[in-house]
Amino acid sequence: MQITVDGTPHEITVEGDMPLLWLLRDELGYLGPKYGCGIGHCGACTVHLDGLAVRACQITAAEVDGADVTTIEGLGTPEAPHPVQAAWIAEQVAQCGYCQSGQIMQAASLLATNPNPTDDEIDASMSSNLCRCATYPRIRAALRRAIADGDLT
Amino acid sequence: MTGPSRRTVLIGTLAAGAGIVFGVAAYRRGPANPLLRGLGPDKAAITPHVLLDADGVTLITPRADVGQGATSIQAHLLAEELDVDPATVRTAPGPASGAYYNSKAAVEWMPVAASGDGIVARGAMGISDVAGRALNLHLTGGSTTVPDAYDRLRAAGASARETIKAAAASRLGLSVDDLRTENGQVIAPGATLGYAELIPDLAGIEVVQDVPLRDPSQWRRLGRAHLRTDMADKSLGRFRYGSDMVLPDMIHATPVTNPTRGAGAGTLETTAARAMRGVIDIVPISDGVAVLADNDWRAMKAARAIVADWGGAGPTDAQMAAAHDAALDNDDFRDSRLADIGDVTTATGQAFTADYGVPYLSHAPLEPANATVLYTPDRTQVWTATQAPLFLLGTLAGITGQDKAQIEINALPAGGSFGHRFEDEWVRQATEIAMQRPGQPVRLTQSREQDMTHGFYRPMARARGRGTTEAGRVRSLDLSIAAQSVVSSQLSRARMPAVGPDVTIVAAAWDAPYVLPDRRVTGYRVPSLVPVSSWRSVGASFNGFFLETLMDELIAKAGADPVEERLRLLEEPRARRVLEEVADMASWNGPDGRFGVALTFAFGVPVAQIAEVRNTAGGIVIDNLWIAADLGRVLDPVNIDAQLSGAALFGIGHAIGAEITFPEGTPHQTNFHTYQSLRLWQAPTVTTRALGLGGDIRGAGEPGLPAAAPALGNAVFAATGQRLRQMPFNRSVAFA
Repeated sequence: MQITVDGTPHEITVEGDMPLLWLLRDELGYLGPKYGCGIGHCGACTVHLDGLAVRACQITAAEVDGADVTTIEGLGTPEAPHPVQAAWIAEQVAQCGYCQSGQIMQAASLLATNPNPTDDEIDASMSSNLCRCATYPRIRAALRRAIADGDLT
Repeated sequence: MTGPSRRTVLIGTLAAGAGIVFGVAAYRRGPANPLLRGLGPDKAAITPHVLLDADGVTLITPRADVGQGATSIQAHLLAEELDVDPATVRTAPGPASGAYYNSKAAVEWMPVAASGDGIVARGAMGISDVAGRALNLHLTGGSTTVPDAYDRLRAAGASARETIKAAAASRLGLSVDDLRTENGQVIAPGATLGYAELIPDLAGIEVVQDVPLRDPSQWRRLGRAHLRTDMADKSLGRFRYGSDMVLPDMIHATPVTNPTRGAGAGTLETTAARAMRGVIDIVPISDGVAVLADNDWRAMKAARAIVADWGGAGPTDAQMAAAHDAALDNDDFRDSRLADIGDVTTATGQAFTADYGVPYLSHAPLEPANATVLYTPDRTQVWTATQAPLFLLGTLAGITGQDKAQIEINALPAGGSFGHRFEDEWVRQATEIAMQRPGQPVRLTQSREQDMTHGFYRPMARARGRGTTEAGRVRSLDLSIAAQSVVSSQLSRARMPAVGPDVTIVAAAWDAPYVLPDRRVTGYRVPSLVPVSSWRSVGASFNGFFLETLMDELIAKAGADPVEERLRLLEEPRARRVLEEVADMASWNGPDGRFGVALTFAFGVPVAQIAEVRNTAGGIVIDNLWIAADLGRVLDPVNIDAQLSGAALFGIGHAIGAEITFPEGTPHQTNFHTYQSLRLWQAPTVTTRALGLGGDIRGAGEPGLPAAAPALGNAVFAATGQRLRQMPFNRSVAFA
């Protein structure tokens, strides 16, 4: 199968039922997406599949042949962080940080499709992602900062 | 109050029972600097906390960072005196060593009031320091990182700075008075030397000791907002955890073990699993097997294909409930009565009684338990997150038969802990596997299901509250609490005896700061049912709820105002202050159908919280949570806000919906679909006010938790008239 991750194309042969999460982590070495539950309930594995946020643990290799995947490390760089990442740093959202790759990917996807979401839309979209440290107030604050700063294209 | 005969100092009995005798001489000798072991001439280790090499400065920050910001604050304490930029120098946790003993950890095991600052409390602090050093308590917990590090790390930074200046003065032929330091450099008239340039000169320089510390008014970093050192990497996805550990030729492992510990491996059908793609082997480990594969998912998939007959189960919910009911208010099970003032049995007034309960809980940090081990007959290397590296070192020496000097523990940051990384079962499992694969690195990752069903749980607890009210006032309070002993469960795993009462059973209840003519708090120890452990704020996680719900019920019966009556019962000035502050923050004007208040005093930190709720058609909505706390001094206001808020929401989330139950004798909840956790849409607006009223500095990781659930429960009472006496609350009321 063929898959492009963070702009780099890969040819790889794996069984069709291997979830994208472990294809990324263990076969291709992209360690930004995390394993938290394996059943699509925590969101730590969230990546962008053709631009939209998905739970990488719930998408199989067979479903991503030819796909374009972006992980947290492809979203922005230390020199040029994505506006959502910059907002996350400015608001100091992370505590343990393990869920934050997924939170940021979810937030970036939300703002890419809906640049000015209401509070209810933020709640609905971001409640797919669990933060055991309960950084939720700062996740809200960082989203509002990213929205206010604009330039989310 | 508490008589000396009751003041069994647990750490003393613990030490004697373990055959460890320590004295002043051992204490004064001081631990050696572990960084000096094998140190090349191209490096210098000035104190156990400052390492110089060709690449510059590395700050050794030995307390585990499990998400609470421990690394960053340790680095800032060192940097404030060392004059380096914490954002640009490196940090490392350092080796497992007694040099990194925790001088404050043992005090949490002693019957010393959280609010105590008198002679007895000071004495206990001193004993804790001696015990910490003599028992090699290199551990993280009890919100002790900042209290322990505050003076020690600043002193280490100052000592290193002055030693570096002495080396520079020697090289330049100047007086140290002609030198100053800035951003990792010694600045002399006409010359600037990077710290690392002075490594050759440092060899002949004695470490300068007892350097006076800078006055806080001179601080350039501490005490004001600063960026946590891990924040950028965690936001860019570049931060690496134990589960990201990759070594050449590494194999992946996942365990499948009996949900009842110590009950053996049962009968396991592994034929189908062995034949699955990527499976390298299935090997025996304690209480089960581990699947070894070339990928985490293939290992976990094969693990699910193993058919297990474990040959029985542990106690069921009904048996657990019966064990708690049997212990509560039964003198045969009495563990402590650390508060017994006046005579509650003859207190006058209108009598009130209510029963309360909380369930077992899982730590469930989002990063599942993991460890990487490379074993050879001569040497064992371990990479894992741990809050107790020296205990782990002893455990691994026992498993491998190697000397501690042959074992290297590389402490990694954790994707959460909440007390979980105090345990080490997964490291033992990885080591058992690695010993069967000498020379090959093994990374073990527990599946979420294995992690949750093989927990070291927050104990369930039952309580009976009694009290009397008279003339519009609360007159007496009598609280009985029954729970398993966390300390005895933990020490049994460390193969150490536990003697004396377990203060955690009554923590934050017996030492609550209320002054009443008749007050009694009694702890009852429930015999061991399942392994239990320290879960964020430990006993205070349930006692804050029991005591502050009971207090609120008594105040309501008396017809008094919940804030005013609490203030009437409080003399302790810091407790009064935080309650007054939070009332101000919330513009308190009585419960008003929306507001609930609670006050707790745990880990030396008085915390008052007010929750505001709305009863809607869809259920209870939590609109606001106000938190006021006194930390003694505020070093990092941004992180303290995060810790107070995070701890409170962690408390609220579990209070609303989380429980581990054992309907058939094994844990029913296996993952986050059944073990409910707070989600963003449920989170209220949180406003914190962190005070620094002077006195001893305190940690912020745990104290924010205990008052949150009772504040919420008391607000729900204000809104609905219904009292929430049992967790999880959503068994009694719906939350939107």
